[in-house]
Amino acid sequence: MQVSSGVTGGARPDPLRMEAVGFAYGRHGVLDNVSLHVGPGEFVALTGPNGSGKSTLLRVALGLTPPERGSVRLFGEPPDRLDERWRVGYVPQRAVIVDQLPATVEEVVASGCVARRGWARRPSDKDQHRVDRALAVVALADRRRTPIVELSGGQQQRVFIARALASDPELLVLDEPIAGVDVESQDRFRDALVTRCRDDGVAVLLVSHELGAVADDLDRLIVLRGGTVVFDGPPAGLVDIGVSLGVHRHDLPVWLEGPG
Amino acid sequence: MTLPLPWPFDREYMQLALASGVAVGACAPLIGTFLVQKRLALMGDGIGHMAFAGVAAGLVTGVSPLWMALLVAVAGAVTIEWLRLRKRASGDLALAAFFYTGIAAGVVLTGLAGSLNSGVLTYLFGSVLTVSPEDALSICVLGVCILAVVAVTWRALFAVAMDEEAARVAGLPVDALSLGLAALTAVTVVAAMRVVGVLLVAALMVLPVGSAQRLARSFRATLRWAVAIGLGSVVVGLAVARAASLAPGGTIVLIASATFTVTAALDVGRRVAAPHGH
Repeated sequence: MQVSSGVTGGARPDPLRMEAVGFAYGRHGVLDNVSLHVGPGEFVALTGPNGSGKSTLLRVALGLTPPERGSVRLFGEPPDRLDERWRVGYVPQRAVIVDQLPATVEEVVASGCVARRGWARRPSDKDQHRVDRALAVVALADRRRTPIVELSGGQQQRVFIARALASDPELLVLDEPIAGVDVESQDRFRDALVTRCRDDGVAVLLVSHELGAVADDLDRLIVLRGGTVVFDGPPAGLVDIGVSLGVHRHDLPVWLEGPG
Repeated sequence: MTLPLPWPFDREYMQLALASGVAVGACAPLIGTFLVQKRLALMGDGIGHMAFAGVAAGLVTGVSPLWMALLVAVAGAVTIEWLRLRKRASGDLALAAFFYTGIAAGVVLTGLAGSLNSGVLTYLFGSVLTVSPEDALSICVLGVCILAVVAVTWRALFAVAMDEEAARVAGLPVDALSLGLAALTAVTVVAAMRVVGVLLVAALMVLPVGSAQRLARSFRATLRWAVAIGLGSVVVGLAVARAASLAPGGTIVLIASATFTVTAALDVGRRVAAPHGH
């Protein structure tokens, strides 16, 4: 098992740092002594079998659920005390049931700016610029006036990624964003993430079963199993424990679902 | 004071009805748009029943039924929303509990009020043609307050209505906005009570929105269409009610209902004619 030291230089705190986090629903333990971090500009994927605690970990990391033990820091602050919440962009799994959402692509993306500018304020030119840029990153600028219901599932997912990007976050957290998404959208999605990571220094935490689309671009992979971190290192490090991700991409899921 | 308006609004009672109706016709669908998006379309109904308890309490105690209803409805709406936010109850279960408690308390209090029963009926079924100038003024003031709050907060309310969890992560004050929307809903219900009655308040919050969603291609346009259809239903409904001597509250809602049916039919027709593939 390889565990990253997580030490970062300079005064910039890690966008996300969890230390010895434990969480249980009643007597059913979900997370046990989980420590992990996502450094500035790092592209990290979190994977693990169903029921491994990924969803709970994400909720705890985002401050939606307080941990029972251990600590969570977003940009060096406890989640509930981070004033600049816009620094975290979040793409929830199955973001919204859009079949009845009477809104254009641009309106959905612009809703991602509301918190940063202050909820009672009118959008400024700067907000419009952020929205334009987010739409360009996901290659949907030409569909901005289209009702979101008229897009394909993959395009809708890209809209929600753009919504998360619209606040110019420094940490982007995505929960299963490419599940059931068409290949073209997967490629667009990877391009969007890699661009943001490499060019703008945005840290990315991607929670996903399907790493094929991004496997070659990852800085680090964290594998969660039974509520604990069983691997944390560059994807190539998986080879050392006899699992390959790059060439035989199906090996990882097989290993994940196999007996403990 | 009677303004020189053409028939059917040439009489003072019709003008007071028009003023109250316009305030309610604009506000109810406006608030309803956010409720529909949050899958809380029947919130207005539950709150209406609590407002009914407030009316009855007002009649028994001699306090103004309108303001007593406002107090009870706002308190109830905020409590329901607080329970939902704390995950202490699912939205519909919390609504049901308050719904029945409200109507039961209303019935018991009405029994206590005895001979005042006819006063209760004006709130249950609406009695917009007997609105006093003071009530019309109160309704208009409530309406202007609702419009002002929504004008400032609609973008944030939209973000929360669309995706509560993402809004929370982004740092929006989701609890405050949700409780605020619940309170606005209660204010709207109370303002609408005299116009269409507590039994039909929710209809005016939901039906124009249903029509608007089928006509509009953006959220902003949905808000505008919903308000326009709400206003149209009130004006046409009042005119038809006067011309044919019908109950105005029910007529207004039937006009909104007919509009909904027509837009739904048009929408289905359009989809059949031009299906868009994904």
